Amino acid sequence: METIAPPLEADKNQTDHPNDRLTVDKIVIRFAGDSGDGMQVAGGRFTDASAYFGNDLSTLPSFPAEIRAPAGTLPGVSSFQVQIADYDILTAGDAPDCLVAMNPAALRTNLNDLRPGGTLIVNTEAFDERNLVKAGYKENPLESDLAQVYRLIEIPMDTLTKEAVKDSGVSGRDVLRSKNFFALGLLAWLFNRPLEPTIDWVETKFAKKPSVVAANISALRAGWNFGFTTEAAKTTFEVRPAALRPGTYTNVTGNTALAWGLIAAAQCAKLPLFYGTYPITPASDILHELSMHKNFGVRTFQAEDEIAAIGAVIGAAFAGNLGVTGTSGPGVALKSEALSLALNTELPLILVDVQRAGPSTGMPTKVEQSDLFIAMFGRHGEAPLPVIAIPTPAEAFDLAIEAARIAIKYMTPVILMSDNHVANSSEPWLLPDVESLPDISIPFAVSSNGGGHFLPYERNYETFARPWAVPGTAGLEHRIGGLEKEAVTGNVSYDPDNHQLMTDTRAWKIANIASDIPALEVKADPGAEILVLGWGSTYGAIRATANRLRNRAKPIAIAHLRHLNPFPANLGEVLASYRTVLIPELNNGQLRKLIRAEYLIDAKGLNKVAGEPFKVAEIEAAVLGLMEQAS
Amino acid sequence: MTTPTYTRADFQTDQEVRWCPGCGDYTILAAVQGFMAGMGVPREKIVFVSGIGCSSRFPYYMNTYGMHSIHGRAPAIASGIAATRPDLSVWVVTGDGDALSIGGNHLIHALRRNFNLKILLFNNQIYGLTKGQYSPTSEVGKQTKSTPMGSVDYPFNPISLALGAEASFVARTIDMDRTHTTEILKAAHEHQGTAFIEIYQNCNVFNDKAFVALTGKDERAINRIDLVHGKPITFGPAGERGVIFDDGRAQIVETAAVDSSRILVHDQHRGDPTIAFALSRLSHGPYGPTPLGIFRSVRRPTYETVMSQQLADAQGRRGPGDLAQLISSAGTWQVN
Repeated sequence: METIAPPLEADKNQTDHPNDRLTVDKIVIRFAGDSGDGMQVAGGRFTDASAYFGNDLSTLPSFPAEIRAPAGTLPGVSSFQVQIADYDILTAGDAPDCLVAMNPAALRTNLNDLRPGGTLIVNTEAFDERNLVKAGYKENPLESDLAQVYRLIEIPMDTLTKEAVKDSGVSGRDVLRSKNFFALGLLAWLFNRPLEPTIDWVETKFAKKPSVVAANISALRAGWNFGFTTEAAKTTFEVRPAALRPGTYTNVTGNTALAWGLIAAAQCAKLPLFYGTYPITPASDILHELSMHKNFGVRTFQAEDEIAAIGAVIGAAFAGNLGVTGTSGPGVALKSEALSLALNTELPLILVDVQRAGPSTGMPTKVEQSDLFIAMFGRHGEAPLPVIAIPTPAEAFDLAIEAARIAIKYMTPVILMSDNHVANSSEPWLLPDVESLPDISIPFAVSSNGGGHFLPYERNYETFARPWAVPGTAGLEHRIGGLEKEAVTGNVSYDPDNHQLMTDTRAWKIANIASDIPALEVKADPGAEILVLGWGSTYGAIRATANRLRNRAKPIAIAHLRHLNPFPANLGEVLASYRTVLIPELNNGQLRKLIRAEYLIDAKGLNKVAGEPFKVAEIEAAVLGLMEQAS
Repeated sequence: MTTPTYTRADFQTDQEVRWCPGCGDYTILAAVQGFMAGMGVPREKIVFVSGIGCSSRFPYYMNTYGMHSIHGRAPAIASGIAATRPDLSVWVVTGDGDALSIGGNHLIHALRRNFNLKILLFNNQIYGLTKGQYSPTSEVGKQTKSTPMGSVDYPFNPISLALGAEASFVARTIDMDRTHTTEILKAAHEHQGTAFIEIYQNCNVFNDKAFVALTGKDERAINRIDLVHGKPITFGPAGERGVIFDDGRAQIVETAAVDSSRILVHDQHRGDPTIAFALSRLSHGPYGPTPLGIFRSVRRPTYETVMSQQLADAQGRRGPGDLAQLISSAGTWQVN
């Protein structure tokens, strides 16, 4: 094969390019292969190259719970979908325009999603007898009529990769590990992406392994060359940079933004951060990220179990830290008793719940929003707590600060809900000016509020928070515990009236936070009669639905809850303003039941528990259905 | 800062002590309060954390910082305090049910991590607060409310358990001997790391006289083996019995029957825990000759020291954290 050094920037490659270049406003690409094929890396690199190019984007990684399911099998398929656009997009797209299938199993599990007429790139050499059997194909699908439905590009990727890396110094089985970079190079050509960010990344990432750098870059260029030289496709595509708000951007996943948000929150609160946790998918990356930033004074503690993790956080909170524990649904269940202790002792902490599909172990790498009820009610006794949910990866940063603000201002545990989709998908984030982040610090008690006798349950008049008196403060020695306490003194009390008073006080303290959170914002078209109300990671799909409907001149109103307990003060008023309220959720209607119970309205639900996010088309169809019923 | 001069009364609270009259917890409380008056640590720097059970009422009666937490979790909560506040003196009060049953997991992990924690396990071999069920240290065959035909469970040996869990300080004392208890508390306080103290504690309501082999006037002289660092391990009214290490285990012999060089000389600082473990196996409960004292006291870096060192190293290498730099660290691009 003739080699042509590919230009580093997409824009330069048109001088003598024989192909047509079609400019489109958006494109959805999915890389799919075996867990060991490096699909997450290929997708991530394609995403970063697009970010640097200036597109807006949204990603959807999907991987098996097994680290390495048997190679070539259906459960072993790992994929990464990204949508890039020249405008503000909100989801990773419903259906891919281009699918890369590295083996028969990847083809079988992903082909149904590919848009008819879309581009299908396959590694022909993976379609051997053994792999076909593992994927459950009786006949080779490449020999069927695929090419009539899709733009099929068949490539002997193993041979070409081997050839490309032969002088790099890698050998044996490692040779084929660069295959994902070959595929990435081909896609860079097909979609006019720059190679430079990927080359920079490879050089940094594998700095200690020059042969791997050489192999990956050779494979990347070979993939690009292959497209260019063989005119693998008649048309290449280009997505122009998006008109994003001016500023500095980075591409961030929800877990990373959340970890950074916690570090920021600790700075805003002027407290040291203590993160006590137990490894659990999909929350562990928060621990990994935080453990790298010890120079911020961050203490991370990998406890022996979920209970010990929150136990240590309660201890750290008592001792004057911003205490945070992160987990997923099964861990929330285990932490339930300790959470009630934190609530009863009125100590501030944040419990992060990165939701996954349940119940029990469920589908640990798949998304679901089915922990809302356990967050709201999953404790013994009358035990209300603030609950906040993160709508997008970037917003995790701000809402981590918000959770900390409420926790320390009101001396209460706060549940901060993320989910697998928010945690692992990414989007461009307009970086905030760190100088403008809020001061959320609340001073510790330093002197006695009761003369010679410190009163640990004497409350702040406005917030009903009790004082935070930390060990080491002379004169404020006091004891707290899980037994009911007498108001003001904090002494153990079994008095009936006191228990009523303390229960009511704890509830009122949380309800009162409604006056200290932003009103629910509604984006409404004139004449809209249907409100789509969401929470958490359905944000992108709901907004994209609204955009589509607007383009079709179908008026719609949308609103997205960040605060789920207490609800924003204007929620009742908002709900009353629309004839119909539709609540799409990745559960069987948990928010809908809360709304119905609280506001006595006949809210409609759109519910799905398939381990994957909503497609825009699904919400759109539901809204159109409601519109039709009304007309 | 100079530490104020305290008396025992300075550590008492205004809360009425509500253990049953005659409970062994009273004498332990008095010993702890008395010891703390002379410990040399300001009262505000002391934290008591307990779980659930009779013994776990303890923090309410100590005029220090304290938390009466939930069943079994005190070591975990105390770990969070110790991890973040090396300036504090952190004490855990727990019982045989709290520490060895529901909280067994937290106990063993606290011991191996070696936070600077002092764990006082009040072992009365019964569930008192729930009114008389057998505990993980009750003897096989014990008849209780929940085991009318006798307990089937084989009990833990708390000292063996602690040694197996890599504890750096392991000791046993008994409620009736305040002087001995105070000595052990002092040694535990001076130990840098997790100190595990099993305190035999009589529950005169649900398990009275469980420790009579060590407290009875006649029995005591026969059965109590005092472990004293640097001293040959002998016991009995006239030191007529001793302990040797032979055939891979500690054995009790008549001192007259063996050469005196064969009697074990107690070395609590032995790096290898084998002999300490062997001593813990001399009894599987207070039923015959039973050692009291410090089985093991070895130096190992505390968790919080290493944790703080890592923070200091990271700051030394990379400077104090810069938030603007952090959020730009994955690469940025500019939109104009």
